[in-house]
Amino acid sequence: MTHPIPPGTRDVLPDEMRELRALTDRLRRTFEEAGYGEVYTPVLEYEEVLRRGDYAAAGAAYRLFDEHGEVLALRSDTTIPIARVVATRYREAAPPFRLCYFAHAYRAVDRGVGEPREFLQGGVELIGVPGPEGEAEVVALTVAALDEAGLRRHRVGVGDGSLYRSLLFSLEVPEDRHLPLLECLSRRDLVGLDLGISALGLAKRERELLVRLPELRGGPAVLDRADGPAAEAVEGLRGLHELLAQRGMAERVIFDLGLVRELGYYTGAVFEVYDPAVGFALGGGGRYDELLGRFGRDLPACGIGLDVQRVHLAQAAEERFA
Amino acid sequence: VTGQLMIAVPRGTLFEGTLDLLDRLGVNTGEVRSNQRKLLFAEAGIVTMRPSDVPTYVEHGSADIGITGKDVLLEQSQRKVYELLDLGYGRCRMVVAARDGGDPVGEALRRLGRVRVATKYPRIAARHFAETGRQAEVVEVKGSVELAPLTGLVDAIVDLTASGRTLAENQLRVIEEIEVCTARLIANPVAHKLKAERIDALVERIRAR
Repeated sequence: MTHPIPPGTRDVLPDEMRELRALTDRLRRTFEEAGYGEVYTPVLEYEEVLRRGDYAAAGAAYRLFDEHGEVLALRSDTTIPIARVVATRYREAAPPFRLCYFAHAYRAVDRGVGEPREFLQGGVELIGVPGPEGEAEVVALTVAALDEAGLRRHRVGVGDGSLYRSLLFSLEVPEDRHLPLLECLSRRDLVGLDLGISALGLAKRERELLVRLPELRGGPAVLDRADGPAAEAVEGLRGLHELLAQRGMAERVIFDLGLVRELGYYTGAVFEVYDPAVGFALGGGGRYDELLGRFGRDLPACGIGLDVQRVHLAQAAEERFA
Repeated sequence: VTGQLMIAVPRGTLFEGTLDLLDRLGVNTGEVRSNQRKLLFAEAGIVTMRPSDVPTYVEHGSADIGITGKDVLLEQSQRKVYELLDLGYGRCRMVVAARDGGDPVGEALRRLGRVRVATKYPRIAARHFAETGRQAEVVEVKGSVELAPLTGLVDAIVDLTASGRTLAENQLRVIEEIEVCTARLIANPVAHKLKAERIDALVERIRAR
């Protein structure tokens, strides 16, 4: 007789739990020492409140009614609840706020294999510090925390989530064509993107710019290769590079001009964390300057969340590699 | 030439075209050609597999890049892989076909409110009929799809065809084209960032070909 648990959930037994605990302890210590105090928010929130943060991102997969008929939702990320906390509990306090969290979040699984329905996120939010200083601090802290966790070859991919869209505007691409192009870009279907762009009937130079921009990734030299209307758009990333270079972190960052993140609340810089031992991103984040304002306290903010399970995978693989 | 990139190479109809492409890029495919049973060729940086497994290995990063048909990518559209290039070879069409004579699809829709469709590509078939506003009951089969309408199992099939000869020999005719499919170069998202130079060099060489 089997007693199944839902696909995408798992039991953790002592050996693994000990390792996970040691990993989160190391990450937490690095965050705390950098001045990021740990917070905890409820797993269940009012769906209506989450939706104030971001309509799409708060489209939590699991909802239920409470005893009064109110709709509750299982949180699908931690950034929106923390924005709510800062706007309500620190209403009068002076920014900046440095907070970290280790919390489970819940998302629907598209397919049975491997994708977690419940996953442990550990991350930081820096609220009240504008770009690029905020990004530099958060990226550097993420790299340091993963160093502390025993990873050696990890990199943070940095892009600008609004770059491509603003490029489309500046080249006067009709607005109804934006969405299909941005969808191709988000999947990195470069063949589809090329087809879509070719159908716009742009001049060769503009066409080339739109086709080639998503392929630009690597060291700071890629920022120089963004020319024309794109040159201005990468200025923010250039500033970030300078700040990271001052922290000795320039080598740990990959500029990626095609990077977009799926969550809707990002307004500028976006991040993804990679390690060569694992074929998928260990986490990600970005700048969300409008989210706090939706909860009534207008502050710039950015953050990164790591999928602890995936960091653990990378940690184990790095041990074998070393 | 591929400088430590691990390439997933599809066996089957795309095999020859893919090895020819790799030859032109200067990869030594001699051992791969002469050894039909071996799967992993570490020295050449090649791992061979069914085309439908290529996205799986590339998604997980067991191969950095891979080559497979657009039909496979459409069927497995949930896979998180980057599609870098249309390689042009292995051209065929994903089509809806039905028995020659009459209008079995229209007839089924009109009288029974739905059409029964056999296919090896259930997602592509379901998506195509949903997008064209018709109710379809998709029957997944593993073997020769052409048999299904002949025996009355279904009203139509969704399948890949190159010449259309097999369809014609079974008294089937193409009634709709869903997509033209060719070989595609795909990449693992993390490899695409961390091995950017090597992947870009390869892409440039293929483009310049």
